[in-house]
Amino acid sequence: MVGLILISHSAGLAAEVAALATCIAGERVRIAACGGTGDGRTGTSVDLIDQAVTQVDEGDGVVLIPDLGSSVLTARLLVEPGRVVLADVPFVEGAIAAAVAAAGGAPLATVLSAAEEARTQRKL
Amino acid sequence: MDGGTDSEMHGGTGGGLDGGLDGGLDGGLDTAFFLAWFEDAGRRVRLQRDRLTALDAAIGDADHGTNLDRGFTEVRQAFAEWPPGTPVQALVSAGTTLIRRVGGASGPLYGSAFRQMGRSMDTPVTQAVFAAAFESGVRAVERLGKAAPGDKTMLDALVPASRALTRAVQEEIATREAFERAARAAEEGARATIPMRARRGRASYLGERSVGHEDPGAASAAIIMAALAAVAS
Repeated sequence: MVGLILISHSAGLAAEVAALATCIAGERVRIAACGGTGDGRTGTSVDLIDQAVTQVDEGDGVVLIPDLGSSVLTARLLVEPGRVVLADVPFVEGAIAAAVAAAGGAPLATVLSAAEEARTQRKL
Repeated sequence: MDGGTDSEMHGGTGGGLDGGLDGGLDGGLDTAFFLAWFEDAGRRVRLQRDRLTALDAAIGDADHGTNLDRGFTEVRQAFAEWPPGTPVQALVSAGTTLIRRVGGASGPLYGSAFRQMGRSMDTPVTQAVFAAAFESGVRAVERLGKAAPGDKTMLDALVPASRALTRAVQEEIATREAFERAARAAEEGARATIPMRARRGRASYLGERSVGHEDPGAASAAIIMAALAAVAS
């Protein structure tokens, strides 16, 4: 199963979006929350993300979903084409779309495009 | 600065640099030169931390000074724990430390710049090698930040500095003067961000309201280049 990593400046935001996505996609989904710097500050930690990649990767690839700013810059440093990809998507909607696709067993490219569709999906 | 001695810190720049560039550049810039650069950059960032944070408070999230100060302090510690044996090791170690320890956008940006600069550097580090490696580091910032000069970012200081270094090589200007020109170009570039409207980063959300403020990233880039010129003199 494709793994997902939610990267936010805020530990609480990453954890809660991960919890929500797990609620909607099911417990099987492999999703890690990387919020904050790891030492209690607002920001991003490349080490947290790096560890999470190892943790959620089952060999089918990993999608990184950052919120904005340094989350995007830090995530970009860890991209490995074909294995670790970056989704340019709205944080909540993209995470849920990717989680549902991943839980359904979709391959990396499909999970990424499911997440990217969330960018243009209207709510009304 | 934690653990540092005041006499070292306030006793002028480059004082601890054995010989500096006085002996010429025949053997290239050595490891001590790069360690002195980071030391002096860290000292200057500490002294100007509040100014950087004030600039960032105007258009950003008011953490640039503290983040960068923390980053350079961590670089100092990394150098103390694993003393770099070569200029490449110094740059890669500093870059990796900034990427890992800063937490804000300046960490990945400056970190990638120094790491890429180190990775692209041949030895001996002649002035031409330094200029080419510096340019490679600046390109890494452009790629990572998807930004260009005129966007009101650190690139508005780094790109003119890089051009000054390259031009100095072409014109066969001595290293000390070349670094001074680069520092001046960075300083002028930073000041030129004042009337700009931000197109990248948090300040871009402010639109027109970002006009009239110096970009904190460009300001810190100018500080780092001022340190380069200082340790060469």
